[in-house]
Amino acid sequence: MGFSVLKRQVGIAKQIDDFLDQVSEAGLIFQTGAEAFLRDDLVVFNQKKEQIIKTEHKGDALRRSLEEKLYRQTLIPESRGDVLELLENTDALLDRFKGALWQFFLEKPVICNALKQDFLELIKCSVNAVESIVRSSRAFFKDLNAVADHMHKVIYWESESDRVASRLQAAIFERNDIGLCHKIQLRDFVRHIDKIADRAEDVADRLGIYVIKRSL
Amino acid sequence: MFAFFLSSGLFLGWSLGANDASNVFGTAVGTRMIRFRTAALICSLFVIVGAVVSGAGASHTLGKLGAVNALAGAFIVTFSAGLSVYLMTLARYPVSTSQAIVGAIIGWNFFSGSITDASSLTKIVMTWVLCPVLSAVIAVCLYKIVAFVIAHARLHMFRLDTWTRYGLVLAGAFGSYALGANNIANVMGVFVPVAPFPRLSLFGGLSLSPAQQLFLIGGIAIAVGVSTYSKKVMLTVGEGIVDLSPVSAFVVVCAHSIVLFLFASKNLELFLKSYGLPTIPLVPVSSSQAIVGAVIGIGLLKGGRGIRWRTVAGIASGWVTTPIIAGLVSLIALYFMQNVFQQPTYKPVHFRISGAVIQQLAKNQMDTQALMPFEGKLFDDAISLKKAIGLKSPEIERVLDTARIEPTEINSQKLNAVDRERLTPQQWQALQSLSGMLFSHRWQLAQALAGRSEQWRPESCPEPYQITDQLDYLYRIFRTR
Repeated sequence: MGFSVLKRQVGIAKQIDDFLDQVSEAGLIFQTGAEAFLRDDLVVFNQKKEQIIKTEHKGDALRRSLEEKLYRQTLIPESRGDVLELLENTDALLDRFKGALWQFFLEKPVICNALKQDFLELIKCSVNAVESIVRSSRAFFKDLNAVADHMHKVIYWESESDRVASRLQAAIFERNDIGLCHKIQLRDFVRHIDKIADRAEDVADRLGIYVIKRSL
Repeated sequence: MFAFFLSSGLFLGWSLGANDASNVFGTAVGTRMIRFRTAALICSLFVIVGAVVSGAGASHTLGKLGAVNALAGAFIVTFSAGLSVYLMTLARYPVSTSQAIVGAIIGWNFFSGSITDASSLTKIVMTWVLCPVLSAVIAVCLYKIVAFVIAHARLHMFRLDTWTRYGLVLAGAFGSYALGANNIANVMGVFVPVAPFPRLSLFGGLSLSPAQQLFLIGGIAIAVGVSTYSKKVMLTVGEGIVDLSPVSAFVVVCAHSIVLFLFASKNLELFLKSYGLPTIPLVPVSSSQAIVGAVIGIGLLKGGRGIRWRTVAGIASGWVTTPIIAGLVSLIALYFMQNVFQQPTYKPVHFRISGAVIQQLAKNQMDTQALMPFEGKLFDDAISLKKAIGLKSPEIERVLDTARIEPTEINSQKLNAVDRERLTPQQWQALQSLSGMLFSHRWQLAQALAGRSEQWRPESCPEPYQITDQLDYLYRIFRTR
């Protein structure tokens, strides 16, 4: 056993940190990219789109490598299943950020100026919800007592996101200057971004159970 | 012949290894924290060390329960215990070798007409109750401490995992040592009085007494049992009673090891004695009971909902059935050995209530009125003596000990056979001065020696069993038919 186990485990702990960095970074890239799109700055938007693809690939590679190591080296046998689920669920959040940015790129929706502020707010809520789940996950590995400190923020940002999404959808359908197709397209965007916060909340719920399982 | 008869001890050792190693490493292997191969290696090594270094303490209590005095009898007693344990292991119950051997010895007592020493039996049965309770209490306290430390140390999940693995290895090594020290008496205890080995010197300085050589052989047999058959039982213990996290597994093994150590450590006994504190009896306790006690302790601490009581009840019923099965097997096997194979399974022990015996008992503050009508009478066995005088425990044990006829003759020819390294120069001088004398009872020899030299007096010796061991040794050399 000796030092090799210790070294191996330090390596894996660092990889998990790196992975969570990718998720957090994806949120920031998504936010910057979407903001660029909303102010019609396509150069920055395209940069961010390319950047998030790379981040997503890196995240996937890290997750796969972690999964393999956890099973091959029979580490943390009692929490292994929970850790893998957590990694997969957070990776799904990263994918959603990438998916949202790609949707902006593919559909290039026309967003009225009056709605832009609410869109920015919705994006901020989703990104903050994911950022909080990343912090909770870090705490899950490092300091179990601190998980709750971050987890309640996920719930806060998710309900904020719901509130903004409802307001935004109402505003979209109240407008007379755009057609129904356009309205439905914008609503899909709102739902997609709002879903990210919803999923973050689901991850938080699962995380709460892992914490109970790990508590002595 | 001795090697053949010892084979049953080796078989029992193998059974113990197959079974009880699972108590030490079962939780660690069951939770996949330690690989079976690593566990088996550490366990084997430390069981042998524990058996050889501090195996002597608990074997005395077992010796008092029933002094099996013929080699074939010792063979059958251990064989019956081994067979019972093996059968229970096949049924995947973590059974207790201690209970099997106690059952088998009582079977021998029945067969040979000896009386089971009630005080030793009470002491042993008390530990059967005390052991799991103590283990549960220790486990709960340790759990609380460990939980507090982990909550405040803020260890990374992976670092905690590493420390838990190290902890499990250390606790397992300690547990194996305690298991060897405590349970070797079950395996080899009955052979100690009949071991024909001379004292053995190894690598210059290291010297092994005949008992230690027996314990070494027994330890190796346990190690073989660990390597060949313990994996299945390990998985039962690890997963069968309650779902244990690796940290809980560490606590359980620690609690188990502490309990076994408490009931095996002569040094602890000396330490407590030196401070005038009550000592803990050195009794071979059941490592299965210790582990089940600790697991239940933690289970109850968590609200008791996770405990699979059916498994616990299955194990507990094994505790009742094991000694009964072992006792019955022992009785039947002794009958066959004696009558079919014509091997003496016991040496008849006679008793005489002589004037000297009555005087000796009176000297030890016993009311000897009830013995007066039997003065000078000879009894063929312990049961007829007990029936005749009608005394109850503990008086009857004292009468039996004093009236037992164990004739010895100190002569120059036998004096030459004494290993002088086992005695101090003063003790040797005292023994030589008795040359030509005859004794009817063992206590007479002890008294004569104590009268010649203070180094033959138990109170002058710091080691609690040293004088008893030396007297046993002398008795084996100087006894006459």
